[in-house]
Amino acid sequence: MSILDSKIPKGPLADKWTKHKNDINLVNPANKRLIDVIVVGTGLAGGSAAATLAELGYNVKAFCFQDSPRRAHSIAAQGGINAAKNYQGDGDSTYRLFYDTVKGGDYRSREANVYRLAEVSANIIDQCVAQGVPFAREYGGLLDNRSFGGVLVSRTFYAAGQTGQQLLLGAYSALNRQIGRGKVKMYNRHEMLDVVIVDGKARGIIARNLVTGEIERHSAHAVVLGTGGYGNVFFLSTNAMGSNVTAAWKAHKRGAFFANPCYTQIHPTCIPVSGDHQSKLTLMSESLRNDGRIWVPKHKKDVEAIRAGKLKPTDLAEEDRDYYLERRYPAFGNLVPRDVASRAAKERCDAGYGVNATGEAVYLDFASAFMRYGKEQAHVKGLDENDDALVKKLGQEVVRTKYGNLFQMYEKIVDQNPYETPMMIYPAVHYTMGGVWVDYNLMTTVPGLYCIGEANFSDHGANRLGASALMQGLADGYFVLPYTIGDYLADDIRTGPISTDSKEFEEAEKSVKDNIAHLINNNGKYSVDHFHKKLGKIMWNKCGMARNEADLKSAITEIAELRAEFWKDVKVPGSNDEFNEELAKALRVADFLELGELFAKDALLREESAGGHFREEYQTAEGEAMRRKEFQYVSAWEYKGEPKDAVLHKEDLVYENIEVKERSYK
Amino acid sequence: MSGIFNSSIGRKFAMALSAFFLMIFLVMHVSINFTSVFSEELFNELSHFMGTNPLIQGLMQPILIIGVIFHFVMGFILEAQNRASRGSVKYAKNAASANSSWMSRNMLLSGLVILAFLGIHFYDFWVHEMTVKYIEGDMSGLIDPNVADSGFRYYEELREKFVSPVRVGIYVVAFVLLALHLLHGFNSAFQSVGANNKYTKGLKGFSKVYSIGIPALFIFIAVYHHFTH
Amino acid sequence: MNLTLKIWRQKNASDKGKMVDYPISDVSPDMSFLEMLDVLNEQLINKGEEPVAFDHDCREGICGMCSLYINGEAHGPDRGITTCQLHMRMFKDGDTITIEPFRAKAFPVIKDLVVDRSSFDRIQHAGGFISVNTSGNTIDANAIPINKHDADKSFEAAMCIGCGACVASCKNSSAMLFVGAKVSQFALLPQGQVEATDRVLNMVKQMDEEGFGNCTNTGACEVECPKGISLENIARMNREYLAASLKG
Repeated sequence: MSILDSKIPKGPLADKWTKHKNDINLVNPANKRLIDVIVVGTGLAGGSAAATLAELGYNVKAFCFQDSPRRAHSIAAQGGINAAKNYQGDGDSTYRLFYDTVKGGDYRSREANVYRLAEVSANIIDQCVAQGVPFAREYGGLLDNRSFGGVLVSRTFYAAGQTGQQLLLGAYSALNRQIGRGKVKMYNRHEMLDVVIVDGKARGIIARNLVTGEIERHSAHAVVLGTGGYGNVFFLSTNAMGSNVTAAWKAHKRGAFFANPCYTQIHPTCIPVSGDHQSKLTLMSESLRNDGRIWVPKHKKDVEAIRAGKLKPTDLAEEDRDYYLERRYPAFGNLVPRDVASRAAKERCDAGYGVNATGEAVYLDFASAFMRYGKEQAHVKGLDENDDALVKKLGQEVVRTKYGNLFQMYEKIVDQNPYETPMMIYPAVHYTMGGVWVDYNLMTTVPGLYCIGEANFSDHGANRLGASALMQGLADGYFVLPYTIGDYLADDIRTGPISTDSKEFEEAEKSVKDNIAHLINNNGKYSVDHFHKKLGKIMWNKCGMARNEADLKSAITEIAELRAEFWKDVKVPGSNDEFNEELAKALRVADFLELGELFAKDALLREESAGGHFREEYQTAEGEAMRRKEFQYVSAWEYKGEPKDAVLHKEDLVYENIEVKERSYK
Repeated sequence: MSGIFNSSIGRKFAMALSAFFLMIFLVMHVSINFTSVFSEELFNELSHFMGTNPLIQGLMQPILIIGVIFHFVMGFILEAQNRASRGSVKYAKNAASANSSWMSRNMLLSGLVILAFLGIHFYDFWVHEMTVKYIEGDMSGLIDPNVADSGFRYYEELREKFVSPVRVGIYVVAFVLLALHLLHGFNSAFQSVGANNKYTKGLKGFSKVYSIGIPALFIFIAVYHHFTH
Repeated sequence: MNLTLKIWRQKNASDKGKMVDYPISDVSPDMSFLEMLDVLNEQLINKGEEPVAFDHDCREGICGMCSLYINGEAHGPDRGITTCQLHMRMFKDGDTITIEPFRAKAFPVIKDLVVDRSSFDRIQHAGGFISVNTSGNTIDANAIPINKHDADKSFEAAMCIGCGACVASCKNSSAMLFVGAKVSQFALLPQGQVEATDRVLNMVKQMDEEGFGNCTNTGACEVECPKGISLENIARMNREYLAASLKG
């Protein structure tokens, strides 16, 4: 018996959440006023949670490292948000969304959590519309939908290519309302640097004011982390520059188990790396795969001609192109899930068919979409359907209304016009399915410490489907945590305010200050970025899209060495009592250097291929991922001093309502 | 309602309302003046009417003066507030011409030139009129109040004023500045009262015609009388 | 490319600050502007000098954090982009580039090129929301059809990223484009009508209290706005405000 108790309610899958809500303890409104909750992070999960908790009557303190809660990286999500509304009448249902998500996650997520997510998804759309989120609509005034990878229905709601922005602004507006009422005290430009555990319960945090450098103690009856994913352990990712693992990692060091760190999503459609100066990668929404076709040349000679600039991709004949996704996966074609699409791109590029100078790019081509839409428009407008130039122009206009901002973004970065020549794309680190282990109530292994959104591990298994991250963040923040946290806080109605003078706060503050003092006084030779880039290279080369035993073992050693070197040789200019971006970065990279090792260790342990985790040793004859029954568990790691000493705990994954099959998109 | 004129939008609204009033006044003014180009008689009659009608003299004239003063004072107040909002440190490099027109950025300057001109204009015409009518008590409007058929004095006086090339020069400069002021101010006033829609887009063409046309007519009248004297 | 950078350096809010020249060499035209500054900072750190502080986060033009005044324009010479989307191919070898923070009394400098834009947040606390509880127990999302034209217009206003380029570019440091966009987003939707009067009155009041200037309709904000927010939104706010003043 594992020491992990996932606290999944008994009973039929479809009734679990309702029954659980009926069974758990509540805090009466008068008592909520006596209870403080800290929420760290103000993205979709943290922002919506802080607003909802305040609305319920708790006193909330919310923290974000950005200059405003509205800037959390949820804002960059482009394509959309899933919900089982079945507005299209195409056979969608709660069960189907649940099924797609579990299958998409390669049967490595927790059934009950995923079902709950699918169940509340429809409410999210109602809620967001009520608070004024301007989703895309059809001419009849009703909401429009689009399709995303890995599913056979249209259930994605969107606001052009800025859905995350609009949803975050919705959550931010709810948060603003509570800040205006004085129920949320907002701490902008504050970074959480430790969790404080008093008598075994999370009772506060230590935060650094990023403007003054002051180290502050904040107490509460419960602490909620909505601090996002750790994709920046790869240095280059589609995450924001400031996205980090620090809050989650500090929680881990204070006793929260870290689950499935190796599950990373490499997104297939990103703008390729252009040089060593690159600071981050830019995503091109998955929604583009609704209309774009992915290909590389069929023949090596054409590849070479294209690389040498002697051949234009538009001049290559149809029969000389290899639409490899359509070839390999006829049923889903260009809309296979992200892990499958990314690996297929890597396979072609590794085989020497990459189309740019570095050999790491494939084409995403809209030419046929232009013609298809253009013909339709010409027909509607009664124009000549055989006039190719006209049809192309009409089609481009349609595409412009759908993805205009993405095309513009591409042109600004690459300096090529994607209306005239196919986009070049390559996979990039985008999302982390792994994260802090939580039970059904979203509580970590530390009582009173909750973790929501991308920062936890629970809903996406080994691979997340497109448009599901927004769904999970808002589901956790608006509809799950506000219920489940009451169950815990019901015992705290007579506790009274938590003092920040205890020895636990003192100890935590001291360890933070010591750490900072070390970094500031270290006076080493190399900048923080120097180490971060090195870490990123190790991670990408050895823990990236394809992993193997030898690489992972050497990654573990290399990261440990790099970490030692970092503490010895890092140089942080300036002082601790001022706005000091380098110091903030150093503290984040220090944690990445520990997480990276655990990541590799987890990947080494998992001797199977599942979703975003692909072990070269475990693949089918056709090169598909080979899952193994004996790894049908969550690996939750307990901190024991050094990443290498982390202790594994397994939570077995039980599938009672879904048949575990080979995951095929053919 | 009470706080409206204490707010930034309210003040802009008031500014726009006074601007509309002044723009209508300009149309009237130029129309009457223009009659001097083709009909001495009509000009004299209109001038006499405007100068002696109690409603215009007693009601419209004070409103106009208040409107002008309000527009200027409010303009200065807004400018002072706007300068304060900028903060103490200026940009070392500011490429304002890349994003806005000279006219829109220099309403204060064009306004000040117009104000200076108004001083001269008041001195030339208004002070003179007031002296003749209300101090000397001559409400007849005749060249020689003692000679009934000496004819109205207005046209003659107008012609007299435009003999001096210096005055005509000042006149021209002031109206060029007025044109620049209007080129921004006309549409700006509509925007301030919240009119920015498909109808005001049509208005943009008209605004150019108005903003250049009205000052051009004033200039034409001055130059015409100067050269035909 | 080799360039000369003239950068505003200011230790903290109370420091006087000054422009400092930095030569930089081997800049690739494919670099983004902020990547060029990364290179400069790496060089400064290695020389033992303090790196230049500037705000940035998503580096894909959506978070609204980056806020540089480059060669006299907010977000630099290109149109429809934020600073992080500006690429060095917009400049020529040998150019001198002036880099300053967004300036306004309501945006005090924190350090170097970093400014405090919390005034924008406070305007939104005053009314930038629809007061529905987040229980999810509202009507079905499709219960009220919304005219596509209005929904699209609302979205266009809601695209504002709150970067403050409008304030920085305005000769009056007016925040009308920002507040106009926020007011318009809700004013265009049926859900926003219920509180429309209070919303616009409260937000404008807060905007004035923060010390932003008056709009003189120069239109600089619209030109420099990375998201192309239209002046129509200011006109709409003016209408809403005047109507609300008469009512309230």
